[in-house]
Order: sequence, then C-alpha cells, then structure tokens
Amino acid sequence: MRWEARVLVRLKAGVLDPQGAATRSALESLGFSGVEEVRVGKLVELAFQAPNREEAELRLAQMCHKLLANPVIEVFEYALDAGREGSGCGLA
Amino acid sequence: MRFGIVVFPGSNCERDCYHVVDAVLDSPVRYLWHADADLSGVDCVILPGGFSYGDYLRPGAIARFARIMRAVEEHAARGGLVLGICNGFQILLEAGLLPGAMLRNRSLKFQCQDVFVRVETADTAFTSMCRPGQILRLPIKHGDGNYHADPRDLAARAKVVFRYCDADGRVVPEANPNGSMDGIAGLANLAGNVVGLMPHPEVCAEPELGGTDGLVLLASALRYWEER
Repeated sequence: MRWEARVLVRLKAGVLDPQGAATRSALESLGFSGVEEVRVGKLVELAFQAPNREEAELRLAQMCHKLLANPVIEVFEYALDAGREGSGCGLA
Repeated sequence: MRFGIVVFPGSNCERDCYHVVDAVLDSPVRYLWHADADLSGVDCVILPGGFSYGDYLRPGAIARFARIMRAVEEHAARGGLVLGICNGFQILLEAGLLPGAMLRNRSLKFQCQDVFVRVETADTAFTSMCRPGQILRLPIKHGDGNYHADPRDLAARAKVVFRYCDADGRVVPEANPNGSMDGIAGLANLAGNVVGLMPHPEVCAEPELGGTDGLVLLASALRYWEER
C-alpha cells in the first residue's frame, strides 16, 4: 500500500538560525515592519510502500530519526496519509 | 604508518591530502573509495574536505552512511587514527564519532581566508607535537562551520582541540569567522585518536603555499603512532 508523508524539519528553539535572521532583515528592508522573528525549516515530501498504517508510521519515524533530521539541532513532525497508486507525491 | 584518504562523491581536497602525506611527510598513502568495505590495512584515515553528496540534506548527512564509514567507526573504536578535515569533520559529527552539529555560518557567507587557531590540548594524536596555547595560522574555506552542541554532551564525549583566536591567541568574537560556539574550530574524542577540524592543514604544509603551520598535525600523528 502506498503512503504519502510530509516531514517538517525545523531548527530547535534556541538554536541560532542565520537564514531566518537574514530573511527577517530582508523583509524589514522591503517595508514589512514589525516582523519579530523568522525561522527557516525544511519540508521533505515522500511516498513509500508499507502494508498498513502502523508499519508506515514506524518506518517514517525511523527515516526521520536516522537521516532526515539531526536531533542535535533539529526537531521534526510529520503528516502521513494513504496515497493513491500511480500518482506522484500527490502533495502539490 | 600507512595513511588512507577516503574519497566520497563530491570530495575535493583528497589530492591535497595525498600530496602532503606522500611528498612532504614521505609516508605511504593510498586512496580509499567510499564504497569499499574495509580500510585496506591503513593506520590513519583522513576524511578530506569537499562537498560529499552535494551537501544535500545537511553536510555529511549522507556520507556518514557510505559503506566505508562502518569500517572507519570500527577503526576509531580500536584506537586507530582518524582525521576529519572540514567536510570530513562534518561527517564525523553526523556519524556521532564526535558530538555536536554544524549550522550555517552566522554571516551566511562562505568564508575563505586564513585564520588563527589556538591549540587547547596536546593530548591528541594530531597535536602531540604542539604545546597548549600554541597559535597556528591555517586557511578555512567553508559555509557550514558554525559549531553547535549541548555543552554537557560536548564535555562528556570530547575535548576542544582548536579555538579561533586573534594573532595574540585571544579567543574573541572578532576572530570567530562563523559564529561557532565558544570559538570551537576543532575537537577530539576523549581518547584523542579521532580529531576533526574546520581549517585545512593539508594546504598549509609547504613554504611555497604560504605557510607550514598545518604540517604539525600530520607530523604529530606520525610521532604518536611511533611512540604508542
């Protein structure tokens, strides 16, 4: 069975985010005043096969822990849905 | 002592490392391929700089799962020497052989310049010929050298080997090129056989290249190995 997931990887609270800080100041310079903080994260979309939701969730969590996020500096969350066979990631 | 230099797709400093070991140190050296299963009997593994796997996801995140890395981890656990330079340091962090992680440089700029680093301990394989407090002038070239770690995790698993400093050896913010925590430029595991650093000693080991301060790391390794 095909499963589709979106994994959101973010820097932990308290970890300096140079990209976010630069983006915040770019927004300020474009006239968007009052932007107090910007944090830049990553979105990973994936589609994979697993026999059932329990197995899919287990494998997704393992993928996040092992590779997609670095627990020293990042946290992750994900959304998991049953996908349609033959579609792309189907997430656009 | 036999040196082996691991080549990943996207490594770009492996030839500089090879040249220094071969021509300057006059020691046996060979390349090791990332897909190799073993280390072909080398005593000192160098993970060179570059952009392994395009730095995709995070620098070093994919390289740390290359086939040869299991052999590198076993080698390190047996007390074998491992030196990670720049991207090689990032790979050691991702592999958990050293604690912490790299963030983008605080400036968001790729920093390519000479820096001063202060040797914080001579109690490692790669600084055994240094004295604590010694100042080395070494080049850096990286975009992700902003070291971050949980201070307790760092203290429990590693010792700081190099800190960015000014010409007088003072660790001050102005001398820190990337925002690295506590000015950290290099680390060792507690046993001292695994060292990672952001500066590039291999391109700073001959007078023709503007400096020789980098040679002491590899010369230290040689002596450490002979006296072990």
